[in-house]
Amino acid sequence: MKEAEIRRLLAANLLCVFSVILTAVVPAFVWDGFTVLGTHLAWLCVCSLCVSTLNIILHLVLKPNLSPKRSSFGQKISRFLKCCIYFFMSCILFHAIIVLYGAPLIESVTETFLFAVLLSTFTTLQCLCVLGPNIQAWIRVFSKNGAMSIWESSLQITTMCSILGAWFGAFPIPLDWDRPWQVWPISCSLGATFGYVAGLIIAPLWIHWNRKQLTYKSR
Amino acid sequence: LAASGRRVVFMGDDTWEGLFPKKFFRSYFFPSFNVKDLHTVDDGILQHLYPTVDSGEWDVLIAHFLGVDHCGHKHGPDHPEMTKKLTQMNEMLRSLVDHLGNDTLLLVAGDHGMTETGDHGGDSEKEVNAALFVYSKTALFGAGPPEEPEAVPQVNLVPTVALLLGVPIPYSNIGEVMAELFSGDGDAVSAALQQLSVYHINAKQVDRFLHSYSLVAQDLPAEQLQRLQELFSSAVEEHSRLLAQVQGVTLVPPELESRLGSLIGRFQLYLREARAVCTQSWARFHPLRMVGGCTLIAASCLLCYMASELAAASDSFYRSCLLYPLLWGSVVAVLLGLARVLTQEGLDLLLVSSWAAAASQLGFFWHWWGRHPKRARLAGSQPPLASVGLRQRLRAWLGLAFPMGILLFRCGAMFSDSFVVAEARVAPFLLASLVMLLVGKLHWDGRLTVPEGPKQQLLGFSSYRREIWYLLCLVAMLLVCVRLSGFFHQCREEIPQCRPSLFLSPLASLRNTRAKNLFYLLCVALLAGLVYAVRSWLRHYGNPNSSDPLVLFVRWGFPLVVVCIACYWAVASSADDSLGKLQELVQVAVVAFPWAVYGLASVGLLLLLCNPMTVFAKDTRESAGSIVTPYLGVPSSEADFLHVIPQIYKRMQESQKSRLERGSCKATVAAYGLGSVYSAALVIALTLLGFLLMLLHSERLSLAFLLLFLEAFMLLHIHTRARGLAGDAAPFSVPWYAVISWLLAASQFFYSTGHQPIFPAIHWNAAFVGFHLDHSTNLLPAVLVGANTFASHILFAVGCPLLLLWPFVCEMPSLQKRKSKKEPREELQEVEEHMMEMRLRESPEKFSTALLQLGLKYLFVLGTQLLACVCAAMILRRHLMVWKVFAPKFLFESLGFVVSSICLLLGISLVMRVDCAVSSWFSQLQLR
Repeated sequence: MKEAEIRRLLAANLLCVFSVILTAVVPAFVWDGFTVLGTHLAWLCVCSLCVSTLNIILHLVLKPNLSPKRSSFGQKISRFLKCCIYFFMSCILFHAIIVLYGAPLIESVTETFLFAVLLSTFTTLQCLCVLGPNIQAWIRVFSKNGAMSIWESSLQITTMCSILGAWFGAFPIPLDWDRPWQVWPISCSLGATFGYVAGLIIAPLWIHWNRKQLTYKSR
Repeated sequence: LAASGRRVVFMGDDTWEGLFPKKFFRSYFFPSFNVKDLHTVDDGILQHLYPTVDSGEWDVLIAHFLGVDHCGHKHGPDHPEMTKKLTQMNEMLRSLVDHLGNDTLLLVAGDHGMTETGDHGGDSEKEVNAALFVYSKTALFGAGPPEEPEAVPQVNLVPTVALLLGVPIPYSNIGEVMAELFSGDGDAVSAALQQLSVYHINAKQVDRFLHSYSLVAQDLPAEQLQRLQELFSSAVEEHSRLLAQVQGVTLVPPELESRLGSLIGRFQLYLREARAVCTQSWARFHPLRMVGGCTLIAASCLLCYMASELAAASDSFYRSCLLYPLLWGSVVAVLLGLARVLTQEGLDLLLVSSWAAAASQLGFFWHWWGRHPKRARLAGSQPPLASVGLRQRLRAWLGLAFPMGILLFRCGAMFSDSFVVAEARVAPFLLASLVMLLVGKLHWDGRLTVPEGPKQQLLGFSSYRREIWYLLCLVAMLLVCVRLSGFFHQCREEIPQCRPSLFLSPLASLRNTRAKNLFYLLCVALLAGLVYAVRSWLRHYGNPNSSDPLVLFVRWGFPLVVVCIACYWAVASSADDSLGKLQELVQVAVVAFPWAVYGLASVGLLLLLCNPMTVFAKDTRESAGSIVTPYLGVPSSEADFLHVIPQIYKRMQESQKSRLERGSCKATVAAYGLGSVYSAALVIALTLLGFLLMLLHSERLSLAFLLLFLEAFMLLHIHTRARGLAGDAAPFSVPWYAVISWLLAASQFFYSTGHQPIFPAIHWNAAFVGFHLDHSTNLLPAVLVGANTFASHILFAVGCPLLLLWPFVCEMPSLQKRKSKKEPREELQEVEEHMMEMRLRESPEKFSTALLQLGLKYLFVLGTQLLACVCAAMILRRHLMVWKVFAPKFLFESLGFVVSSICLLLGISLVMRVDCAVSSWFSQLQLR
């Protein structure tokens, strides 16, 4: 059971990684002059869109959280709306935090906001998919021994890796190498993406490695 | 050259404009800063070069091409672009040669080579060697050119060009003329004579320079100077003799010719040796001393760390680990001093003191090592305990990893010139990260959630404590403070697109009167707000009730200081011409108001030293019924005198009253504000210092100071909250993250008060606050400018003991809330919980140990930063940016270290002073 689930997780995560790679490569064929660095904003949009759709589809297909009771259509709608609101709020919150960390306040608002959207895609959207709009569950998952399934462990790892990647992405900005990727927010968004990809790959491996120690409480 | 009427035409790099403004006969400057721009300068020069050469209106023409250098930086030496550039240069030379006249000398020289990567600034062979190409239409070499041309030092260009142009050699030249260029077109003898004469001139100039230089500076070794002198005088004698002989005869005999040759050789020898002596003593680093200094600092850091870890552990610690090493150090110092006296050797003070420090450290480590086995044996006798200790230690190490990681990042940032340049943004970034990490870790450990009941656990439910919102608000405010403080940055020239903050310029420079008034009002309102906040804080803890001079000062002196500062700002920022007749009055006022502030502040500090108690004690026997103030503490009996407790909440008051009536037969004393004696004294001192430092800064930087106080307040509160939530077992030790965040805030506000670690950014204006353009000594302006520069270091270092005290001050509300909810009737227990800082008095040894530990931790973090700086300056001493970035940074950092340590000592001694005063107060009370 567990092995099979880990395999499913691995497959899902590899799909996500693949989609991230595709977002960097495919649009160049369709759209002339598209590069990740040159038309960074476009890439940000494409990447967050693709990752979010893929995540939603995966969530619908795999259904990691089997809800015991069937919910009515109205409930589903309200759930969906709630998710949208949460996502938007998390974008705003990320934007505020990024600005507080030293991003320019007025110039390049679009860049900062799109970066916030990307970060939200990598973190909040995952949470919404796996846990639903349930703050209590979020709080539980992001504390020690809080994860209750491998999906939640994977969520922990990918989220932390994305944020850590974004944090490390800020380091090359002051360097005087004059590279195109040192411009705000390219290094940070690339860092977040690499962190996310690394998290996606690490998570199944780590869970596989520690499968003896990980004893999830049954619900 | 310009002074002697030569027409110098320049074209190329616009750096020359800054170096020699308005010195050129004609000039064509082109922007040079952008390394990526390979062509602007070169194309500009090429456009003007040939017409200028052909026009003939010049004596010296300098064309500074930059393309090759930029190309090397950008692409490296092996790149198609470089080929293009070099080909272009080649073309240029080829066509330039055609434009030259017969009496023109063409010198093509590179000022440096480049490494494999195309950079330079180091001392490798490839970087310091460059090609020199000399061309003239008349033949230069009598015979064929030498097979293996020797390297020509760059300094040789100066005398050569000077003499060729017929102007005197510059005074400070130590180069040697290039003889080949002076051979003329006559026969060998006349050429030799000519060369001899130029060598003579050159040697005389160098000798003059060395003579006057050695009179001023002592760094040239005396015996070598002596040798040089002898060489010179003998050569000159020989020269005059020879000249006399040569003038006598018309046909020069061959033996005279050989003497000529040898004389030239002697002059050459003299010049080369002089140069060697100079380069040796000028460009001299002492690697041994550098390494020694680094090890000393590293050892001190290690010492601080170990001492801070040890201090809590052992009792006889002071004597063995602090006193003996001090004795050791002084013994070594005395011995060295004696040795100096006995041997009459020039042993400098620096060496003596460093040896003394090294000796005392050795003593410390030796004692520590001596104690270590004992402790190990002790631990070995109890194996289960040891293993538990190990696990705990491991966990403690893991807990340390985050703050130490941040510190490591900070130290690593010192090694990169870009990070040093951008440090104004690095420090806040790290501070924000540290605080966020702290909150995240608390959450991860489940400290923020209410311990869940079994039922909730089943549902996977957990809810936050209510305090978490408070904590989050504090963190958000802190982040906002950190971000806002970024608006007060000064600029460095390394970041060309940076604009210095508006707030740095004094108000007087504002043209718009309305804006000026608005800013002025804002600043004054902020000052008043600060005073109000401090006073209400004190009132909250019941300090300003008595009629002590200090309390009176807080009540009346603070507003007076504010009024004085406001008046000074008003006078200083008013337009000069608007006041007309009042000019003299203004002159007086500009001096008088700062002096009033200085005076008031020093009076306040003196009062603080004399009687630092802000406690109002009142015998309540006669007026037990009339007590309505909420600040009231009651000792339950004579024996409980140490438990004099301030009490804050009215809820408590009723229960107290009943107990008062019960115990009114005994002597009861109400003490107001005893719970925060220590911090009150510190806060008052900090406010006074803050006023002084604000006075030294330009008006609008008071906003930054307000942010500083706010941020410090937030940090203290976050620290307190985090501790309360983490449930620390040891209340007497300050965790590392608090110390590191405190220091990060200090360095952040160094930048946010408009400073940068470069010399042009020093606020020299500060030296003239309260003085009218004249200083009798250098000491006072140095102190003023230093205080201005290191304002944030001073404030944060003095406020450092607050990190220890604050949790005690703030513990009351949270404890009370929880307790009173659960068991509202157990007043007695509650009352004993509310000791606040009086807890510290319960265990005086622990208190002093904790202070020592805090100080050592602070010093450790400071020292680590300094160490990183020193190592960076040492390792990168041949770096291109060393004189622009690393060396100033090192100077500022070490000065900041000194200032911080002194202020830390002052802050701690202030706390000790308060402690003494409190003890004497208690003994007086007991006598009564």
